[in-house]
Amino acid sequence: MMKKFLLFLMVLLIYLAHQDLWNWRKADPMVFGFLPIGLAYHAAYSIVAAVMMAILVKFVWPKNLDDQETMAPRS
Amino acid sequence: MIPVVVILIYLAVIAFIGSIAYRRGKENTEDFFLANRSVGSMVFFLSLFATNMTAFAILGSSGQSYRQGIGIYGLMASSSCFVIPLSIFFIGTRLWALGKKFGHQTQVSFFRDRWECNHIGTAIFALSAAMLVPYMIISIMGGGTVLAEISKSAETHQPLISYAWGCAIVAIVVTLNVFLGGMRGTVWVNILQTIMFLCFGAVAVAVIAHALPKGFGDYMGGLAANEKTRFLVTREKMPPRLFWSYTLIPLSSIMFPHMAIMCFSARRVTAFKRTVIAYPIAIMIIWLPCVFLGVLGAAALGKIPDPDGVLLGMLTKYAPAWLAGVLGAGVISAVMGSDAHQVLALSTMFTKDVVSHYGGKEKLGERGSVHFARGFILVVTVLAYFVALSLKEKQGIFEIAVRYAFSGFAAMAPIMVAALFWKRSTQWGALAATLFVAAFLVWTAVMQNSHHPNDVLWQIGEGKEALKVFFITPRGDVAFWNGFMTVVPMVAGSALCMIVFSWCTPPPSQATIAKYFSPSTA
Repeated sequence: MMKKFLLFLMVLLIYLAHQDLWNWRKADPMVFGFLPIGLAYHAAYSIVAAVMMAILVKFVWPKNLDDQETMAPRS
Repeated sequence: MIPVVVILIYLAVIAFIGSIAYRRGKENTEDFFLANRSVGSMVFFLSLFATNMTAFAILGSSGQSYRQGIGIYGLMASSSCFVIPLSIFFIGTRLWALGKKFGHQTQVSFFRDRWECNHIGTAIFALSAAMLVPYMIISIMGGGTVLAEISKSAETHQPLISYAWGCAIVAIVVTLNVFLGGMRGTVWVNILQTIMFLCFGAVAVAVIAHALPKGFGDYMGGLAANEKTRFLVTREKMPPRLFWSYTLIPLSSIMFPHMAIMCFSARRVTAFKRTVIAYPIAIMIIWLPCVFLGVLGAAALGKIPDPDGVLLGMLTKYAPAWLAGVLGAGVISAVMGSDAHQVLALSTMFTKDVVSHYGGKEKLGERGSVHFARGFILVVTVLAYFVALSLKEKQGIFEIAVRYAFSGFAAMAPIMVAALFWKRSTQWGALAATLFVAAFLVWTAVMQNSHHPNDVLWQIGEGKEALKVFFITPRGDVAFWNGFMTVVPMVAGSALCMIVFSWCTPPPSQATIAKYFSPSTA
């Protein structure tokens, strides 16, 4: 139960982090010298989203669905 | 001339792959519509991604970034990086399992069985099809426009391939591919298409960086230093309420019939594991270069008449002709990848949810159903082609319809969530939510057409303290609660309808609840 709560908290925090109001009016620093911070932040956010999905797959993958793999479909 | 030759070779390859898939196919609906539920992990990811990404991801994103700046990435791409993989994880996997267990091939067949209903499923089909058709038409229009743009002569500025021929080429290649190969042909082609457009951005950035007279940092620094262009590298002109509202739009993704039907086609559920992890990265690989190049175009090209052509303009100016052809093929890939799935999804839905459901299955049989689906594909693409030709000047109408479709499908997400996760949900809740979404879309269209920008439709209070509940934005869209997009009340209203009407009506039988909420499917 605690594990699910922590994972829910992670997903919620990442969702909230999408609304990065602190970067709203800033162009600097330019990451790598040419990426405005608002764009670099959201590029990094995309990578964080991939990591989040990897964590969810590892810890809350619906294992009961794996059983369906061997089942033939009914038509 | 060189870009046209490259693109024509590419289109010939696509048609050829369709013909190979035809020879491998079997004459039954499970095989034609879902490739016999045998799509492997890597192909599943590449195909699902091609289904989801349209030409907008390349041309529209750069055009919007040229107009509005870097905020477009957060607005449309990173929100999708968060929402779409989650919806595939929670909804796509369950749909796959139920399809595998009970033989469902469409969302509507699942809804009908889950809620023991008949005509209510037809209502959901009708709304889904109505929202999908404009999307399919605009794909053909987009293909025609891109082919005409890419084939323009450097001297005369006249296209070698006219808009009409461009639309015809795209429609014919898509039809051949889907008609012959069904789902199998479509997913095979998607492998090539997705790889092409995933490479598009990185190659374009590398080539343009090499050819530009100054470094990227100089252009970006120049935009930031100028008060008039600073908004392009910040989000100072982008309302935070709009930015937040957009996080609801990607809920539409899994509700688009062509995306949901793709979920039925995977061989193993493990295909979803790799897909949901790779998905955000793939979105970034496409969107980040396109958004960056759109903003860069504002600095490097200055004012241009058609912002959506900024990327093609950059390529024409800074890339060699043969590479512009390859990159043009990447754009056409994005157009056709999603268009093929839309055509196939419409055909699947019409054949299974209408014709087979209302007695056609017994009359036609499996083989006859496949023939019927092929006939439908021919008819629907010919019709879409003529609509694309005759309403070329009214492309804006279809663009608006597609914007409605995104909000509409997002607002139908509560129906799917209730069907999968809420035992007590009922057919009447689903009908109420569907009718609410349809009514809201019609109301929005009427308001947008009958009012001027900045008109207030409904406000609470007077003067500066007034709360504008619904109003028309300066761009002409209906907005909600001082600046949220209409998708917010649509999703909330749809969820509310689902909950209230389900509570007030009798639940499905215990047998059906047990069927769908047994330990193996719950």
